[in-house]
Amino acid sequence: MGLNGDELDEQLRLFAHEVGDVDPVTVMGLGSRGGAPGGPGVRTVRAPAGIGWVQPAEMTIRCGAGTPVDDVDDVLAEHGQCIAFPPGGTIGGALAVGRSGVRRLGWGPIRDTLLQTRYVSAAGDLVKAGGPTVKNVSGFDLCRLLVGSHGTLGFLGDVILRTRPRPVNQQWFRSDRDPWAVLGDLYRPTSVLWDGATTWALLDGHPADVVERAASAGMEPTDGPPALPEAARWSLPAAELAVLRDHEPGTFVAEIGVGIVHHTGPAPTRVADATVVDLHDRIKAEFDPTGRLNPGVAVLPGA
Amino acid sequence: MRLTTRRRSRVAPESTLVEALRQRLRPDQVRSGATELHLYRHDASNLAGRAEVVCFAESADDVRAVVEVANEHGVPFVPRGSGTGLAGGAVPPDGAIVISTTKMDRIISVDPLNRVAWVEPGVLNLDLSTRIAHLGVHFAPDPSSQQTCSIGGNVANNSGGPHCLADGVTSAHVLAVEAVLADGSVTVLGGVDPEPDGYDLRGAFVGSEGMFGVATKVCVKLTENPVDVATMLLDFGDVADGAQLVSDIIAAGIVPAAVEMMDQLCLRAVEAFIHAGLPVDQAAALLIEVTGLPHDVAAQVAEIRRLAVARSVGGVRVAADDEERALLWKGRKSAFGAIANIKPNYYLHDTVVPRHRLPDVLEQVYEIAERHELLVLNVFHAGDGNLHPLLVYDATEPGVTERVHAAGHEIVRASVAAGGVLSGEHGIGLEKRDLMPLMFSDVDLAAQAALRRAFDPAGLANPDKVLPSPAGCGDRHTVASAADGVWV
Repeated sequence: MGLNGDELDEQLRLFAHEVGDVDPVTVMGLGSRGGAPGGPGVRTVRAPAGIGWVQPAEMTIRCGAGTPVDDVDDVLAEHGQCIAFPPGGTIGGALAVGRSGVRRLGWGPIRDTLLQTRYVSAAGDLVKAGGPTVKNVSGFDLCRLLVGSHGTLGFLGDVILRTRPRPVNQQWFRSDRDPWAVLGDLYRPTSVLWDGATTWALLDGHPADVVERAASAGMEPTDGPPALPEAARWSLPAAELAVLRDHEPGTFVAEIGVGIVHHTGPAPTRVADATVVDLHDRIKAEFDPTGRLNPGVAVLPGA
Repeated sequence: MRLTTRRRSRVAPESTLVEALRQRLRPDQVRSGATELHLYRHDASNLAGRAEVVCFAESADDVRAVVEVANEHGVPFVPRGSGTGLAGGAVPPDGAIVISTTKMDRIISVDPLNRVAWVEPGVLNLDLSTRIAHLGVHFAPDPSSQQTCSIGGNVANNSGGPHCLADGVTSAHVLAVEAVLADGSVTVLGGVDPEPDGYDLRGAFVGSEGMFGVATKVCVKLTENPVDVATMLLDFGDVADGAQLVSDIIAAGIVPAAVEMMDQLCLRAVEAFIHAGLPVDQAAALLIEVTGLPHDVAAQVAEIRRLAVARSVGGVRVAADDEERALLWKGRKSAFGAIANIKPNYYLHDTVVPRHRLPDVLEQVYEIAERHELLVLNVFHAGDGNLHPLLVYDATEPGVTERVHAAGHEIVRASVAAGGVLSGEHGIGLEKRDLMPLMFSDVDLAAQAALRRAFDPAGLANPDKVLPSPAGCGDRHTVASAADGVWV
């Protein structure tokens, strides 16, 4: 799975050539997040796969966007590091969708991990966004714009990601205490989940700290988090999760302190603000004037 | 750039523009006197422009009114916070309206449990953390100017600071921004919920240096105050040993809250200023802070000591109490004030290099300064590889300003050549606008220009910053250098 820099560069050039500058085109990863939109007359391309380098002392990794997330995780594990990505699928797919995993409370959102990318534009050009260092404010932040853009502004070719130390010691705990009381008692927990009856928390750090902190919050060790309902994914302001007190326990798992709800019921409908819709249309028109990238994908469902 | 020419030719006589603004705002909010215009012609950089009028907004409605008038008159506008920017981002192009948000300084709401707060852009960075300290939370980005810089300015520049090593820069701490866009429309970008629909317009707006609109409310993420803190000062006989230790620590899986470096010249200047017992005879010192729960902090301090011994550390001083910790941090954060004891003027640079390149790039920085017969002090965010070479000089010396600029450009080039970037936290503004091609190709820059056009098709929001002008366009707004700037 390793590639040297020149090989990755060459694959990027080929990828750009394949995307080209005419006709509708879609990009495919492992299909684990819904897959490419496809449709008649839409060509499918795949981004380069492979790891260019790992720089543990920089806490960065460079890889093709088509690299499986689990491969990146395996390689980083050898260096005692990891990335704040949910498991499965490809790196590019996870970034294009922009959904974080259940460790977001402690590890931060996936959108903060992308330092630099070279993406293929609608004109078939390789375009660099961002820079290779963790700290960088050189120019406008196209990386943030691309994360969660579902491949409608450009196709990610390669990426440089920020890694983080892999927890040496971590443990899930559970309790029937109120989740906000637990959140208030724990110091910077990695995750706090609640299904209306039980609260789970993931703690990492020095074993003695983890044990002491969990005990002070009245929690017992448990094997792992609950299974997450997959029917719908809600996004609410964290303070509004209290509305779930009226929902049947067990029909949802909420990420306390974050606002994501994995629910068996459909998510509330949201209506996009007209100014935001205009801005989306202008951005899309600037980046993909003919609408050839991932045609038919609605990035703003409420529009 | 023809747009610019048309715009300038259509600029209304001053009295008409000012009169129009006074019809929308109270007269005392609209200032066009010589004193105000002189004051607002520059920020904390060494660059200056010429504002036509300065408006002190007190609400989003005020900002919208000014932006509408700007559009009606075809006049550019420049949002401005505290004016502490070092890259000329708030320098007005010739004839612009300056929109000051300093009077929009309310903390609107704080939710300490879910760790979010809505604030107005004029709230000062440190004021926010101080006023919510009793709730056990703080705003993590902490630029060295945090006593005077504003949250709105932090958003515009995606500001960093010492504690961004572990916690990330401003973008990671902004959930949503209410903004008046360049055409006067008002909307919320991003959301308090974790996954707002659509493109990450919040992320695009943060760091856009006032070129995408004016932030009028900011929803910030708050960070829980640490339970335990250890602040260490480690000194070295060789700068390279200290720089190398930074990589050793990170590679060992420790991400301290902050890792700051001061070289000997800086240590001496600061010691003369604050008398903290700093190791003035050593080549460099690292200020390292680790935070967390007690066992974790103790284990990290022990590991850092072990790694430091392997890098020939001289002394290791661990602050015994909050008072000593505050003194050590005062040394770091007052470094720039202390410089006045050496020479009357200084020019502060801001580049980032990969951590493992710190030793050799630092060596190049010293060599460049020596070749240009300049003194250089280094005080910087070593953990992030974020260099802040400080060229100190006496501006009355003939030819020195040219040497300062030449040396500065060489430092930036050396950093980018080492795999680094143009700016870690000050931004591009006017200062580094024409250096952008060092990092980005024409195609890369065209994509950034496209994003700017989407936010501001008419190009009225803080024009002529960040993006270099295409070759051949010579009609950009006039921005004159200041002979009497604070930093030069």
